[in-house]
Amino acid sequence: MTGQPFRLPHGGLIDRLHTLSFRFDGKAYLGHPGDTLASALLANGVRLFGRSFKYHRPRGVLTAGSEEPNALVTLRSGARAEPNTRATTIELFDGLEATSQNRWPSLGLDLMAINQVFAPLFVAGFYYKTFMWPAKAWEKLYEPVIRRAAGLGAVSGLEDPDHYEHDHAFCDLLVVGAGPAGLVAALDAGRAGLRVVLADENPLAGGHLLSERAGLGGLGGAQWAAMAMAELAAMPHVRLLMRTTVFGRFDDGEHGAIEQVADHLPVPRPGQPRQRLWKIVARRAILATGATERPIVFDGNDRPGVMLASAVSTYCLRYGVAPGRRAVVFTATDSGWTTAHDLLAAGITLVAVIDTRSVVTDALAAPVRAVGVQVLTGGQIIAAKGSPLTSIEARDGTGRTHRFAADLLAVAGGWNPQIALAAHLGHKPAWRADIAAYVPGDTPPGLDAAGAAEGRFGLGDILASGRRAAIDAAQTLGRTINPSPLPHAENTPHAVSAVWASGPCKAKAFVDFQHDVTASDITLAVREGFTSVEHLKRYTTLGMATDQGRVGQVNGHGLLAAATGRALAETGTIRARPPVVPVAIGAFGGHHRGRHFRPERRTASHDWAAAHGTVFVDAGQWKRAQWFSLPHETDWRQSVDREVSATRGGVGLCDVSTLGKIELAGPDVGTLLDRLYINMFSTLPVGKARYGVMLREDGLVFDDGTVTRIADDRWFMTTTTANAAPVMRHIDFARQVLWPDLDVAAVSVTEQWATYAIAGPRSRDLLTAALPDLDVSNAALPYMGATTLRWRGHAARLYRLSFSGELAYELSVPARLGAALVEHLFAVGAAFGLIAYGTEALGVMRIEKGHPAGNELNGWTTATDLGMGRMASTKKDYIGRIMAARPALVDPARPRLVGLRPVDGASAIRAGGHLLRPGAAPVAANDEGFVTSACFSPTLGHPIALALLAHGAQRHGEEVVVHDPVRGADVRALVCDPVFHDPAGEKLRG
Amino acid sequence: MRIPCPFCGSRDSREFVSRGDAAPVRPAGDDAEAMFDYVYLRDNPAGLFEELWYHAQGCRNWLRVERNTRDHTIVGARLARPERAA
Repeated sequence: MTGQPFRLPHGGLIDRLHTLSFRFDGKAYLGHPGDTLASALLANGVRLFGRSFKYHRPRGVLTAGSEEPNALVTLRSGARAEPNTRATTIELFDGLEATSQNRWPSLGLDLMAINQVFAPLFVAGFYYKTFMWPAKAWEKLYEPVIRRAAGLGAVSGLEDPDHYEHDHAFCDLLVVGAGPAGLVAALDAGRAGLRVVLADENPLAGGHLLSERAGLGGLGGAQWAAMAMAELAAMPHVRLLMRTTVFGRFDDGEHGAIEQVADHLPVPRPGQPRQRLWKIVARRAILATGATERPIVFDGNDRPGVMLASAVSTYCLRYGVAPGRRAVVFTATDSGWTTAHDLLAAGITLVAVIDTRSVVTDALAAPVRAVGVQVLTGGQIIAAKGSPLTSIEARDGTGRTHRFAADLLAVAGGWNPQIALAAHLGHKPAWRADIAAYVPGDTPPGLDAAGAAEGRFGLGDILASGRRAAIDAAQTLGRTINPSPLPHAENTPHAVSAVWASGPCKAKAFVDFQHDVTASDITLAVREGFTSVEHLKRYTTLGMATDQGRVGQVNGHGLLAAATGRALAETGTIRARPPVVPVAIGAFGGHHRGRHFRPERRTASHDWAAAHGTVFVDAGQWKRAQWFSLPHETDWRQSVDREVSATRGGVGLCDVSTLGKIELAGPDVGTLLDRLYINMFSTLPVGKARYGVMLREDGLVFDDGTVTRIADDRWFMTTTTANAAPVMRHIDFARQVLWPDLDVAAVSVTEQWATYAIAGPRSRDLLTAALPDLDVSNAALPYMGATTLRWRGHAARLYRLSFSGELAYELSVPARLGAALVEHLFAVGAAFGLIAYGTEALGVMRIEKGHPAGNELNGWTTATDLGMGRMASTKKDYIGRIMAARPALVDPARPRLVGLRPVDGASAIRAGGHLLRPGAAPVAANDEGFVTSACFSPTLGHPIALALLAHGAQRHGEEVVVHDPVRGADVRALVCDPVFHDPAGEKLRG
Repeated sequence: MRIPCPFCGSRDSREFVSRGDAAPVRPAGDDAEAMFDYVYLRDNPAGLFEELWYHAQGCRNWLRVERNTRDHTIVGARLARPERAA
């Protein structure tokens, strides 16, 4: 444990009364609440934070914010380890653990730094150039080597123990950024009664106010910001989202934001999400995101100890940390001089100020000269040397060379307004030469920039700009702001000259630090013809790192413009895309993981089934009973075979509640159904059900099901489980868009009814006993009949329908009575040997009966293919009628539904196997169809299958080969009628 | 994206199902060519475009939504079903 040798004796928004201990690369350090990991490490004299992506160059801290490209570490350990976390945004907590990345064996001694020697190999486009040939060597040799040598942190590979949630917010005005402009705008709008959301990525509001000595309205910046926040927090219609980064602007005022709910804690509190993903819908938005400083490109500009001037000021003023002992300032702007003054005020030795401009005002330079600091005008840096930094070689305007011993170089290259959000919808930024910055050009509707994001850099101007934006926003919403006087603030000097690079830039002069893109990479790209910004980006990877070009992009485009002799306005800049900061996939996933990946729908008797040994299967969102396993059964086939035999020999019950159910009412339902189904429905008598097939308008089968006429103007339709929602949509389309003149109401009642199939020769006996008041004789309720009844005082319906091919019924009761009905039926049914069967037995029985289901209704079969062509009525129009008559759809060579049985009576036929003539070579040209459904038939005692076979209807009795190239083993099969069980249908009518 | 449902108000587009071009009208009669055009042929204009959206997780109304395909601006939405005389 060491002290904090670089902690300034006073100052900073840190809590010096409390001390936190933390570890970096295993070594223990101390810091204070209010520190970031970066500020605490700097306070402890740590300069080296990581190694760079390609060249493994030693890297320190460049910035004090979320744009940090260098100081990326792995935070926490084990399953909570998070790679590539910016040390500059990690709030220090007691017990924090972090490790450096991309170094081997250690941060100090990295053998991979040998990559620098091979730097010529890693030039722009090296992936494209070096490893083109031979292709095999790429996979086996080059890629593994490069992947090991280049890269950043590694993921733990363990399951994330934390959880993430989603939330939505709606507001009149979203203010992005709680700096001076954002606070003024939020205060003005909040006081006028607008519903405001104010979001800021920092834990503390104030933005740049926290990093400057000049206050406002007679208060210190941090103090004023805290008062503003207190006032906003008291407004019930204002929501403050701190530690929240708005990462994307989308259509119609939708914004994505990520709130770091618990990242500043060792672990989230019980029940607390680690992060929260917000969708914020705002009628208006103000971009008050401020600006970030840009570096200057020169040889050695990435050495630990070279830092942005604004970051130097931030570490001194906000964190009370000296980022070095002997400092040099290198500036192209007036703001660099503010840092020079801040360094002097902090008592740090200032060796020299090097200004790229030939003339500097006395107001800036005099106080510095007065204390004996050397001032170079028209200056350049030739190189920064040492790692960490030890010396700086510079040249003044007269050409004289200077060498300064220093461990800190503060670089001020100008300011980049943070305008990515304004560009996410494709609006192009505009270059302003007077401030050497891109500002929003035309902005998307409803979005306005204010403060530094608008290109205003004087504090007085920034406050006025925030107010102007709030007034404009309120006005477009028809509201009025009555402004109170703004706090007084000086406009600090902020003149800038556009300087991208300095000195020879021959060695390693970095443009994009995180991706190790150098000035010479840009020169090379231009020489090779990549002169558009978008090509330059992809060829050199400039701006493609996790900082999304926030640090290096403008310099890169400046160098490109210079190399191509164009103005920056002409060169343009690349299109910014969301997200502005990296967002964890876990946050997008939210609670939708594991068994919560999607909602689960349970039928009314789910718990009963679960208590009776069922194995559930997913049918879309539904959980359906697949089979019911008895204690002595060791294999699913035993259960399924038993369920089929017991049903066909006695009586079985199956929960069919998941079938789509739609109630239709009105005088024109019959007409509508005639247009929806290929067969006729308007003639259906009350109390009768009919099976129907629906086509899509292109003539292929869409769905099948039954319709029952409950009363003259009341009908009840079932759909397949999978198509419940699409059929509902289809009906609504037909009645609202195609034929709005038809008087039909339709509503889904899938979840209102619990429905059970009761099948088998003893089903009538069971129902007679279970529903003693009802006549279920064949005369009273014949096949395809339906009746209503009351069960325990509630409306119920009984249909004589059969999917199994047995004497069978479907009994529906209100969903809340479903479980009670099942209990009742089993209580009565014990005497009849009632068993429950699942979807597997249901499937076996429908294959035995030759009923097409999902495998056959696969989106490319016609009604004729499935043997139902004769159902089609010629007396009416219906959806799909005309297109179903297309030559290709009526081609007799089309595969038709057939049955298959193994020639040897024993071999299993696998679904998916392709059908060949015996002796035909197994090539696509000889393919005659394929197996759609297959099972073992306990009724017949051998495997059976349904298949689609070319000319199938004429080929019953022929032999085919079922070819299965994936799973091997060809099986010889006999083609037969698809109805294996009771082809005459005597059982179901009996 | 937000869709101004005339029945439910401004709603998240994820509540809706899009069907595309609202212009094709289903032909009556037996004209196979006209039916082919109705089923398969679509314009793909750059600019204002009327499309059908179904408020599946809302009021279940089919809407005619006017959208600018260049920038996704939604100009307006109305019920696809013509207003019935009261």
